[in-house]
Amino acid sequence: MGESEMTDSTSNSPAADARRRRQARPVTRQWRKRALMATYIVFVLLPVYWLLNMSFQSNTEILGGLTLWPEDFTLEHYAKIFTDANWYMGYVNSITYVAMNMAISIVVALPAAYAFSRYQFIGDKHLFFWLLTNLMAPPAVFLLPYFQLYYTVGLFDTHVAVALAHCLFNIPLAVWILEGFMSGVPKEIDETAFIDGYSFPRFFVRIFVPMISSGIGVTLFFLFMFSWVELLLASTLTATNAQPIASVMTQTKGASGIDWGTLAAAGALTILPGIVVVYFVRNHIAKGFALGRT
Amino acid sequence: MAEIALKSLAHSYLDAPGSPQDYAIREMDHVWHQGGAYALLGPSGCGKSTLLNIISGLLEPTRGDVLFDGERVNALPPEARNIAQVFQFPVIYDTMTVYDNLAFPLRNVKTPAARVHERVMEVAEVLELTPQLKRKAKNLTADEKQKVSMGRGLVRDDVSAILFDEPLTVIDPQLKWKLRRKLKEIHQRFEITMVYVTHDQLEASTFADKIAVMYEGQVVQFGTPRELFETPNHTFVGYFIGSPGMNFLEITLRDDRVRVGDSALEVEEGMRRAIEAAPSANVKLGIRPEFIEVHEAPVAGGIEASVEHIQDLGTYAIVDLRLGDTSLKARVEEDQSPPTGRAYLRFPAARLGLYVDEYRVEIDHDESP
Amino acid sequence: MTKVRNNHAWWLILPMLLLVAFSAIIPLMTVVNYSVQDVFDANTRFFTGTEWFREMLNDPALQAAVLRQFAFSLTVLAIEVPLGIGIALLMPKKGWQASAVLILVTMPLLIPWNVVGSIWQIFTRGDIGLMGWSLRELGYGYNITASPVDAWATIILMDVWHWTPLIALLCYSGLRSIPDAYYQAARIDRASQWSVFRYIQLPKLTNVLVIGVLLRFMHSFMIYAEPFVLTGGGPGSSTTFLSQSLTTMAIGQQDLGPSAAFSLIYFLIILLVSWVFYTAIMNMQKDKPDGGV
Repeated sequence: MGESEMTDSTSNSPAADARRRRQARPVTRQWRKRALMATYIVFVLLPVYWLLNMSFQSNTEILGGLTLWPEDFTLEHYAKIFTDANWYMGYVNSITYVAMNMAISIVVALPAAYAFSRYQFIGDKHLFFWLLTNLMAPPAVFLLPYFQLYYTVGLFDTHVAVALAHCLFNIPLAVWILEGFMSGVPKEIDETAFIDGYSFPRFFVRIFVPMISSGIGVTLFFLFMFSWVELLLASTLTATNAQPIASVMTQTKGASGIDWGTLAAAGALTILPGIVVVYFVRNHIAKGFALGRT
Repeated sequence: MAEIALKSLAHSYLDAPGSPQDYAIREMDHVWHQGGAYALLGPSGCGKSTLLNIISGLLEPTRGDVLFDGERVNALPPEARNIAQVFQFPVIYDTMTVYDNLAFPLRNVKTPAARVHERVMEVAEVLELTPQLKRKAKNLTADEKQKVSMGRGLVRDDVSAILFDEPLTVIDPQLKWKLRRKLKEIHQRFEITMVYVTHDQLEASTFADKIAVMYEGQVVQFGTPRELFETPNHTFVGYFIGSPGMNFLEITLRDDRVRVGDSALEVEEGMRRAIEAAPSANVKLGIRPEFIEVHEAPVAGGIEASVEHIQDLGTYAIVDLRLGDTSLKARVEEDQSPPTGRAYLRFPAARLGLYVDEYRVEIDHDESP
Repeated sequence: MTKVRNNHAWWLILPMLLLVAFSAIIPLMTVVNYSVQDVFDANTRFFTGTEWFREMLNDPALQAAVLRQFAFSLTVLAIEVPLGIGIALLMPKKGWQASAVLILVTMPLLIPWNVVGSIWQIFTRGDIGLMGWSLRELGYGYNITASPVDAWATIILMDVWHWTPLIALLCYSGLRSIPDAYYQAARIDRASQWSVFRYIQLPKLTNVLVIGVLLRFMHSFMIYAEPFVLTGGGPGSSTTFLSQSLTTMAIGQQDLGPSAAFSLIYFLIILLVSWVFYTAIMNMQKDKPDGGV
């Protein structure tokens, strides 16, 4: 708006030139930013598009040659997944243990994070450090002992087994993230509530937890993320009853080779829950958070 | 050096503003003269920060012009405007030392190192930051940080105006007056136009020579602190300035007499004529609590009111009065005993203001009181 | 914030401690136990001391895997960290575009790891994969089952695709926590785009970046499912990383003693590198020389 008038009212001095150039820059910069962003989005989407493309093609079309979009559009692979209990139970199992893990992790991590953020106690620093080391334990290291442990206590091939196994990295992660958020809440809030006669549990549930709802949202997002994507422990600790979708997918190799279409459809369906979760926490992430202690 | 003029300026944060409520700044004209110390006073949400951001170029106004010495600068970005701004919360570059913070605006335009050093030392001296120069800015106290933010505006010799957006919000009360005095000192020394945004009338009147009071996106009055107190141009200024604020009595004209509720009020002839001539039914009389005469016994021209509450504040008392449906506050000095039960009030003609549709109407006073 | 001394806080920690101990300490003890014994069957076992550790440390195949692992982790970090910061700076800040881009960028993070492998397997196959097919059409004899270079490049590309979003997400969130006044002040101070990045954005990102780099290092060092699905560790053993070597040894060959010793070494390497990195960063922040231009 009004650019030409401005040129009129300012003389053609070098200073005016410089001003005009400064003004022009943000606009081109904006477009360059958009173009770069779009390029990256294309890079992210291309492999996913290819997966979707293949999931809507019949196996003969897939193997018949490369087609850029499904020419022989079919939902047969999705139909197969939704009608074959072997397949759809995979999703149910995965979602079950992920939900269990999220519930367990957040419930035990909340009070623990509160303790770390508010109190000093014997061994607090060492304990916190030890917790973080659990994040660094490669699941492969624990495969065999987990198998034996859960077999011995009779939890093998149950959802609880996977949910508990994922606690190994998810609880420390939750404590870590929540502690950061809680430290941002002034201690005076706690003191005022206690003076007002709130008991600790009532204060915690009614006042404190709502205050860090954003942090809980972000935490749940990360809990979901790391439990949903993990395969090694989940498939080792289960056989048939609690088998996650990810390991059902490894069984698509039939006598006639890999069933590409069904594999693609199953893969495409594993992306959906993640999208739903990000959609719910997007505002918490966009609000900005700073993880960890400073 | 610049005179900053705003012509028919209006701003809305919406893409397609319709009603006046959509505007953060409603159409207004205003001039800040070179070298003045000004305050922009108003409640939160009145548009004062928006106005400040338009002057500094962080926002481009929806309509109207911003003129620096007559040159239209609407579309110029802040970096091209030779204006500095100090924000509500101190903005410092954490990783730099105080020295580098102060030098930053100069180095950005490739000022020779010797000149940078000279300016930084001079400004640090004025702001009493010399001992801190080598420290990391991150480790300063809030008031020191705020001084560093001001300093970044002062080091530039091309700066023609410094805008302050409630700069003392995070400063401890006992340091506030110190910083405010420092600001005044700087103003006198550098002769820079300063515009100081605040919602605190005391802060505004101690800093500024002239105060612009903003209300609902408009400057409703621009004047010295004394003018704002004695002759508020708008009922809002009356409410907002002074503690407690001005009293306003809704009046009607019945049987040729000026009435507050049912009580008749004696007024000057000039006032009566002005009330008669008022083009609207929204007519109010305004008087400051300080100027109401409170009597314990009936007096000539007095109007009777009931006493609701007395708040004793040591050297004076604030008396809450009720006149029909209208509540009034009056200030009674300690040498006078406050009334109980009933009181008889007189409003000195010279102190009574007439407000039609919230704006003050000048009236011709009678020759002698 | 000053904290109150209160040992009753242990009660708040206790449930968490029991659960993590169950998932971490008992299995870890089993591993330690195995690592110093030679187990033939349930009743026959011998104490071997440090023998398995020595054997593992001297195993050339494992040494090669460790080197490969480091090469891989450093490469992906070197690409993903700058790229992630760049993406975060590009992401729109408000409106529906912000939500849409956030969801799209985050998507790869929430795909099960073996599915990531499958996606890239489908994408890169020479016959039915868009990328593999295109490269071949362009005249490049792309083949991840025969050429180690192709396999490596593909796995790194896949990892960049999969994990750059984590860095971008953390940085985006970190950037969002910078108040507008900082950018406004920088404009008024006539700071260049680069100065804004260097003196406002980067300092605010230090913390999230430390966390991002640590997480990325740990996860890249533990990578298993994606290359397993995509290349199966081949061609030869050119893309066999530590987790895969370990699972083959422990589950496939049932070499309990050696694999337990290997596990502990593996774990210690990650701990050590993370610790060194973290302390180095913390020291750097403390004694950083006066950061001027």
